[in-house]
Amino acid sequence: MISVNINKHLDTAEGPLDAHFSLDIHEGEFLTLFGASGAGKTTLLRLIAGLEIPDSGRIEVEGEMWFDGARRINLPPQKRSVGFVFQDYALFPTMSVRQNLLFAAENAEQKNGVDELIELVELSQLSNRLPATLSGGQKQRVALARALVRRPKILLLDEPLSALDPAMRQKLQDELSLIHGRLGVTTLLVSHDIAETVKLSDRLAHVEAGVIKRLCSPMEFFSPQSLSGKLQLIGEVLKIEEDFPAVIVTLLVGSSVVRTVLSSAEASELRVGGHAIISTKAFNPILIPLP
Amino acid sequence: MEAEFLSTMALTFKLAAITTLVLLLIGIPLAAFLAYSKMRFKSIVETIVSMPLVLPPSVLGFYLLLAFSPASTLGSFLTEHGIRLAFSFEGLVIGSVLFSLPFMVHPIQSALSQVPASIFEAAYTLGKSKVETMVRVILPSIRHGLISGIVLAFAHTVGEFGVILMIGGNIPDETRVASIAIYDEVESLNYAMAHQYALTLFVVTFAILLLVYTLNKKSFGGIR
Repeated sequence: MISVNINKHLDTAEGPLDAHFSLDIHEGEFLTLFGASGAGKTTLLRLIAGLEIPDSGRIEVEGEMWFDGARRINLPPQKRSVGFVFQDYALFPTMSVRQNLLFAAENAEQKNGVDELIELVELSQLSNRLPATLSGGQKQRVALARALVRRPKILLLDEPLSALDPAMRQKLQDELSLIHGRLGVTTLLVSHDIAETVKLSDRLAHVEAGVIKRLCSPMEFFSPQSLSGKLQLIGEVLKIEEDFPAVIVTLLVGSSVVRTVLSSAEASELRVGGHAIISTKAFNPILIPLP
Repeated sequence: MEAEFLSTMALTFKLAAITTLVLLLIGIPLAAFLAYSKMRFKSIVETIVSMPLVLPPSVLGFYLLLAFSPASTLGSFLTEHGIRLAFSFEGLVIGSVLFSLPFMVHPIQSALSQVPASIFEAAYTLGKSKVETMVRVILPSIRHGLISGIVLAFAHTVGEFGVILMIGGNIPDETRVASIAIYDEVESLNYAMAHQYALTLFVVTFAILLLVYTLNKKSFGGIR
């Protein structure tokens, strides 16, 4: 069990913000911090890793106190058992894939585990290559494997897939899910991608303006008024076109584009870039398998 | 004549080599301080480091000469302990280190400031201390900056004239380096000898720079 209860004053692009994070993470859980950029998601990861210092509060990980403002305890990042995957991968440029992982190993046992990790992320063929010669997806895998070398108590992933193209993103989501299942490491992911969140996480923490507003399952969060026998899809609004007297709304659902007609009143609360639930009533959906 | 030529050249490169080594040892921490510190007096340090770029060498040489003279506080303290810096090789090393400081510090500082913060942070979260991170991760990845600093500091020391003339004079095997020797030979209308020094300096510095640029082109993986 990891319990976080901290306060931190932040200076964000949208002005100062007094963040208060209170969160319990279960052992082996995959928890996603979901929310708009600037809400403080990345800051929370950095506070847990010890890369930033909270103003007050406590961070306790499996009975070990990592931070306690009242008792002036603050373990440096080196003493905290975390695996951090940075948005820009942060691979060491002069070390090969294998050397990047070996650098992280503290003892012979972890050194021996390096080859297994390289195999797990399917990089055996590339283990002697330098990071500069790898693609984005490959770099991401190295960063992930490197973060796992020390068998951390918590794996912190800061939007690790945001810089990748959709196909690579999906592949890595599957791999991440597989690796989490295999190793069972407690994982905290920062994301603002709905598909990613639903696919990977056990629970979702909705972060808004430095506060965790809701903690629930991703399905509960994204389809709140779930009714049985009703088809619901979540889409991103791409375009809203006035076509008097109606409004044509174009949405992105998964990787397909869907157009639908609404009345002006119905469309008034939608905005481009926002998300909406598409649901149909009374009909059974027809599923036709694709070749 | 030939023996004097060789000993002068040897002294020139010995001075440049020792100066470069000393500069490397103090230049890396100083560059790291300038690249990462958020202290208020940082710009003062930055200014002092850059001063030799704009200051006439004779100004630095003059003040060093005053400081080294037994009449000054520092000079008398040193003399009491049997150290003589004015008109000595040791004095030249100190003068050269100060005078070539920006040539070592600036390339390293600019290379360090291009290393993303996440590289440091990644090493810290992998349990590595600041020193280990610096030695094993950061310095290898800024080796282009290090090589530039080493080459520039070395070449600049070889080519130094004003400071050395002020604090070192022209003592064979002690302070008489090639640039001084050229001036001296020209003064005594001994053009053949001056030419021998000048051409040697020209060829050696050309060869060093060419080697460095060729090697630099062949290496991969650093942060440029």
